[in-house]
Amino acid sequence: MTEPASLRPVTSASPRPGNAAPALSSTVAQLGMELRLTARRGENLFVIVVLPLVLLVFFSLVPALTPNTARPIDFLLPGILALAVISTSLVNLSIATAFERSYGVLKRLGGSPLPRAGLIAAKIGAVLVVEVLQVALLVGVAVALFGWRPGAGGNPAVDLAAFLLGTLAFAGLGLLMAGTLRAEGTLAAANGLFLIFLLLGGVILPVNHLPGFLADLARVLPASALSDAYRIGLGSASGDPLPSLLILAAWGALTSLLATRLFRWE
Amino acid sequence: MTATAGGMPAAVRVSGLRKRYGGRPVVDGLTFSVAAGVIFAILGPNGAGKTTTVEILEGYRRPDEGEVRVLGLDPARAGAELRGRVGLMLQDGGIYPQARPREILRLYARFYRDPRDPDALLEQVGLADVAATRYKVLSGGQKQRLGLALALLGRPEVAILDEPTAGMDPAAKAATREMIGALRNAGTTVLLTTHELADVERMADRIAIIDRGRIVAAGSASELAAGAAPRIRFQLERALDDPDRSGLTAALGAGSIRDDGAPGRYLVDGLDSSPALLATLAGWCAARGLLIAELRTTGATLEERYLALTGDEAQHD
Repeated sequence: MTEPASLRPVTSASPRPGNAAPALSSTVAQLGMELRLTARRGENLFVIVVLPLVLLVFFSLVPALTPNTARPIDFLLPGILALAVISTSLVNLSIATAFERSYGVLKRLGGSPLPRAGLIAAKIGAVLVVEVLQVALLVGVAVALFGWRPGAGGNPAVDLAAFLLGTLAFAGLGLLMAGTLRAEGTLAAANGLFLIFLLLGGVILPVNHLPGFLADLARVLPASALSDAYRIGLGSASGDPLPSLLILAAWGALTSLLATRLFRWE
Repeated sequence: MTATAGGMPAAVRVSGLRKRYGGRPVVDGLTFSVAAGVIFAILGPNGAGKTTTVEILEGYRRPDEGEVRVLGLDPARAGAELRGRVGLMLQDGGIYPQARPREILRLYARFYRDPRDPDALLEQVGLADVAATRYKVLSGGQKQRLGLALALLGRPEVAILDEPTAGMDPAAKAATREMIGALRNAGTTVLLTTHELADVERMADRIAIIDRGRIVAAGSASELAAGAAPRIRFQLERALDDPDRSGLTAALGAGSIRDDGAPGRYLVDGLDSSPALLATLAGWCAARGLLIAELRTTGATLEERYLALTGDEAQHD
C-alpha cells in the first residue's frame, strides 16, 4: 500500500513557494463541483426547473389569477422569472450550503488552499449559471408555446440590473440563513419564504389583488420588487423601474452585510 | 523561526497555549515544539484537549492566550499559501455525501499546483474499488482513509492528522501506520492525535501525553515507559464492600484501592510494588479468609505510565 518515493513532499528549498494553486483555477474547479452537485440532487431540480415551468404553463392556460386586461403570458413570464431567481439563489443555495455546513464540508474546504472568497465566488457563479439556464428555458417555452415577445417599452438594461440585484438580495438572504441557522431550520425557512414570495411577490397573483395591509407589506419585499422590475424591463408594464431596483439594492446590501458578519463556517 | 537542539527549524511550535469554552479551560498552558521530519503524537483520553489543540494549529480557532506557529507562520492569519503546505485530516470527514472518492480527490487536486496523482493515491489507501461510490455509503474506515488521502494529496511539508486510525479495522490501522511512517521517511513532519497506545508505540518518534489540557509527560515511548513505577494488580474471589475497602486501604498505609475493569479486580494506586506491600496485602486477605485469585506486579510499560498519568482506561486494538 505504501510507495515512499511518491510520498515525497515538494522540494525543500527555502523560502518555499508553497503548493497552492492560483485562486482563480481553484475557484473554477469548485464552481464545476457546485454545478455537478446541483444537477445530482433531484429535489433541487424540482424547485429550480419543474416548479417554475409548471406554474408558467398552467397559469398561462388557466388564467384564473391574472389581470383580465393583459395576455396572461405577459404578466406571468416576468413573475416566473423572478420566482426562478428565488428558487436558485435563495432556496437551492441556502439549503445546499446549510447542509454542507452541518456535514463539515465548509470547514474541510476552509482548510484547503481554496480561499474562502473563492468558495463564495464559486457558489455565486454556479447560481448565475443555473439562473441563465432557467431564463433560457422559461423564455424559450414562453416564445414557443405562447408566442411571447417583449413589449415595446422594454429595456434590457433594467432586466439585467433586476437579475443581478435580485440575485444579490436573495443569495445574501440564503447565505445568511445557511450560516446562522441549523440545516433543518434553513430547510424549513427557505421553503416557507418561497411560499410567501410565491403568494405575495406578484409572481402569479398581482400585488394589487391583495388586501391593503398585505399589499403594503408585499411592496417592500424583494420578490415583488424583482417581478415589478422585470415587468417594466420586459415591457409588460410601464413606469419608473428605479424604486423597485432601489428596494432590491437595499435588500442586497442588508442581507449581504449581515451574511458577511454573521456567517459561521461550522 | 526558532531552532531545535539539532539546528533544524521547528516545523510546529506552541507556547503557553490556552483556550477556554464557557469559562472551562480546555487547553491549559501547552508548550511543545515538533522538529521537522518527525512523527509527533499527542496522546490523551477523550476530552483532554487534543482536537482543540490541533484545530488551533489548523487555523480553525484562535488561542485565548499563547502563540502557535506552523512552518513559522500564524495559522489563523496565514492564508492559502500556508494551507498549500499543510495537509489536514479532520475527525469528521467533511465530504459532500453525494460525492465520490475519485471526484473529491480530483477536485482537491486542482487546489494544488503540484498534487499527487488522485488515482495512485486511491490505490495506495485501498479505495480503488470504491472510487465511484457515493461518500455517504462508504464504511467508517473507508471514510477515514479518504480523509487520509486528502491530507496527503498536496505533498504537504506538515501533515496534521486528528485521530487517523479511529474507526478502522486492525488491517487498515496497520496499513495506515505504515503509510504515516513512509510519509515521515520521505521528509514530511507528522503531528497526530490519538487515544490509542498502539498508535504511539508503533509509529511516534516523540509523544506528549496530555490530560485536562496540560502536558503531563513528554518524550519517546521508551523514555516515557522508563518513568513508570511497577504497580500491584489483583483479583479477589469476591468484590470488597466499603468497610473492607477502607480497611485494606488503611492496612496498606497510603495510596488507594481502585477498581480495575471488572468486579473483584483492583489496582493499588499511588504505591509502588514492594515485597513488604505484597506481604501486607496477602496477610490482610488471609486474615479475612479471602482468596486472591490472581496477583500481578506489572512492570514498566507505557500503558502503566499512561494510566497513572491520566487515570484513563487505555484503549488497545
